[in-house]
Amino acid sequence: MKVDRCKGFKDITTEEMACFRMIEDTFRERCLKWGYREVRTPTLEYLYLFTSVGTLTPGMLRRIYSFLDWDGWSGERVVLKPDGTIPVARMYIESMAAQKVARLFYVTNVFMFDETGKKSRERWQCGAELIGVNSPMADAELIALAIDVLQRLGLRNIELRISHAGLIKALLEKLEFSHSEQDRIFDQILNGDREALAELRTDKPELMEALTLLLGMKGKSSGFMENIQALVSQQMPELNQNIDNFTAICRMVEDMGCDYCIDLTSGKGFEYYTGVIFHLFSGNNDIGGGGRYDALIPLMGGQDTPAAGFALYLDRLMKLVKQDIEAETMTKRVSVSVLPGAEISALAIAGRLREAGYIAELALGKEEAVDCSWLLKVRDESPRFVLTNRDSGKESSVESDGEIIDLLECE
Amino acid sequence: MPLKIALPKGRLLAETARLLERAGWGLDDYHDKARCYRLKSQRYPGLIIKVFQERDIPIQVAIGNYDFGICGLDWVEELLARYPSSSLVRVKDLGYGSGAIYAATAENGSATSIEELVKSKGNIRIVSEYPNLAESFAERLRLRRFSIYSLWGAAEVFPPESAELVLLPSKTDNELSAKGLMAIGKVIGYGACLIACKKSLKSKDVAEILGSVMDSLHLVSKSTVSKKYKEASQVTGGRYIKETGNDVVRLALPDGHQQSHVRHILESAGIEIEDYPSATGNRRPTSSLDGVCIKVIRPQDMPLQVANGNFDLAMTGRDWLTEHLEQFPSSPVREMLDLKYGRVRIVAVVSKDVAADDVDGLRQICRRGEKPYRVASEYVNIADRYARDNHLGMYRIIPTWGASEAFLPEDADLLIENTETGGTIARHNLKIIDTLFESTACLIGNTAGIKSSVKSERAAYIVGRLKKAVGES
Repeated sequence: MKVDRCKGFKDITTEEMACFRMIEDTFRERCLKWGYREVRTPTLEYLYLFTSVGTLTPGMLRRIYSFLDWDGWSGERVVLKPDGTIPVARMYIESMAAQKVARLFYVTNVFMFDETGKKSRERWQCGAELIGVNSPMADAELIALAIDVLQRLGLRNIELRISHAGLIKALLEKLEFSHSEQDRIFDQILNGDREALAELRTDKPELMEALTLLLGMKGKSSGFMENIQALVSQQMPELNQNIDNFTAICRMVEDMGCDYCIDLTSGKGFEYYTGVIFHLFSGNNDIGGGGRYDALIPLMGGQDTPAAGFALYLDRLMKLVKQDIEAETMTKRVSVSVLPGAEISALAIAGRLREAGYIAELALGKEEAVDCSWLLKVRDESPRFVLTNRDSGKESSVESDGEIIDLLECE
Repeated sequence: MPLKIALPKGRLLAETARLLERAGWGLDDYHDKARCYRLKSQRYPGLIIKVFQERDIPIQVAIGNYDFGICGLDWVEELLARYPSSSLVRVKDLGYGSGAIYAATAENGSATSIEELVKSKGNIRIVSEYPNLAESFAERLRLRRFSIYSLWGAAEVFPPESAELVLLPSKTDNELSAKGLMAIGKVIGYGACLIACKKSLKSKDVAEILGSVMDSLHLVSKSTVSKKYKEASQVTGGRYIKETGNDVVRLALPDGHQQSHVRHILESAGIEIEDYPSATGNRRPTSSLDGVCIKVIRPQDMPLQVANGNFDLAMTGRDWLTEHLEQFPSSPVREMLDLKYGRVRIVAVVSKDVAADDVDGLRQICRRGEKPYRVASEYVNIADRYARDNHLGMYRIIPTWGASEAFLPEDADLLIENTETGGTIARHNLKIIDTLFESTACLIGNTAGIKSSVKSERAAYIVGRLKKAVGES
């Protein structure tokens, strides 16, 4: 009988895990420095949390893992968490609503079915949410935090693309699409169909001009936005508020020294977004994204609380972050082998080494350790210790713990 | 490899038989009264033909057990709604058996349009034999909160008291209003269709068989086909008496062949009941009991419906109660009284050719086998528990919807089934290797769920009467 791994799921190997932890640690460290606090929500949530209007598109709902669990006699379905933000919003409503502003972060796995079985159905993400504030500064803070993490991970050429859900929605309304039609087009954009907006047509020529301008804008500065506004505001004054907000965010991001590109058609994301939507790329890899979702918490039955957040995609980052993590730990790793009669002293010296910050691995079989720089033989007669540097081949015989540590430190 | 085709029992049987007759297949025994599930074709003697419950056919074709099947598109869509990546191909609509799945509410229910439903703040209970279609329908509508109750049948009797919305098949919406329902949306249209397994189409020579079916379709013009539609059977929904308040006890009685037993017990308990069993298909009989609302539903559906509070008392089988508790151990439903009729054994069955006489022998066979061991049953959770407890290794549960004997030996290796005398099992060349438990009819209830004291007195009164009637008190 062959034992198989579940289709669409993957193991994380020891090497990958080291990389995973490095990314996670960097993310945690930066978030803590920015004043965010870590939370963790359950793997199972009730389905209705995600079916509520305006939380996930039907296209996403069709791909979530939902089932009746042991308590399912009441008809209540549960899901494997398909998204990190909604559970955190639920948690905020349940236990944190009293504090006005909450800066929260988490590292979690999310589950989404993929028909082909080629893409992973379980993905990991590092997410941060800034709840309780609505200002261009807050949006800019999240963008800056995300970029800070990516830079610390050593990623170069990070590209930031910004769109605006509020502006897209106002535009669709202006073009007098029916409500369901607006939902449909917005969903198409959210599902990543960049052509959806480009195909918009209107029979009013004066609107068409402004529309072409808005959709075609792929500018790089807030000044560009201001110019656009000057052109559009006459025909579509309804858009002013959203354009103002968009411009302010762009200016803020610019002042922080981030490079970015405005692209309204890049609005892929979640239906709960109401304001800015942003995506982070490294080359062609979409490595993270987020946005403002002011309506989510009230829709879920909470107070009228604005919020915004982002997530970095850990699985994709793991492929890009190329650091020789193993090589780093090798020099700290000592394989301790024991000759008969010296077991007790081997355990003792291994303990000393660990205290001193080294990895001491007991060699229990005949196999020689492969990924460590040091070998230590422990004997019950003189010389009690023989330390070998595997890189240089140099062998030293010593009698005390202190001498071993001195030798290791020397290198 | 010979070609294999799965043909439907039930609603599509007559038309399918006529179609294949025109195609010159010369089937030996394909009609309503047939007791055999394996057919022979004179024209294609090498073809392996088996008759299934319609609902099983898309699954059998999708997993590659059968190359072709004929069934309603509704069951195909039901499968694809949940498993979009399944390897099922629609080859041809056959032009008969058409109808639609409607979303309907009670004519006198609270929400009478999709808009009202969408706006509704409370939980929307949706019942259907098509739970997957129901779920995707609810998602498309963006209902904020809903629960889906999968049913074996009798969906039409649930609204308005026991469900806000029902998804059910119907030929016309007039047929629905005869049942006291009102269509508020059409979910999908369907008709009989020929389906195939993707792999078979790629790798097998199917041209001749397919050709014969296609040719026979051309023999009939559309108008003659449509004339052959059966007229909608006249089913009356029964009088719906609006009894509001928390004091009404909701009692579920079974449909099907046990109805005369139930009537007998009720009569010996001094409870008079009218129009049960009903010649017209009425599912709301009336009784001499005050403050009791009775509905006739499938015994399979009762434990779940009692658990979620749609019914307070129900007469079902211990087999279905056990099945329910295996799936939901935290369910509040309990057996309140053994009604001592409808005695069956739940047994483990294999083909006579299998070299095992008990479950230990079976385990040895499973250990040696390369392929997953296929366990077919209507009792999915009982079968799962049995396979797990007996360490049958890499096994798979195949859910069936009746006529399960037909699965052995080609399409399943083990069957968990109920039997009264063992006659059917022996006739299909099968043998019993284990008895799981004995089941009789029982009264089930959720007494913890009853809040009103008037109601709990009423329920206790019924239980007391029935206890005397079956000689327990």
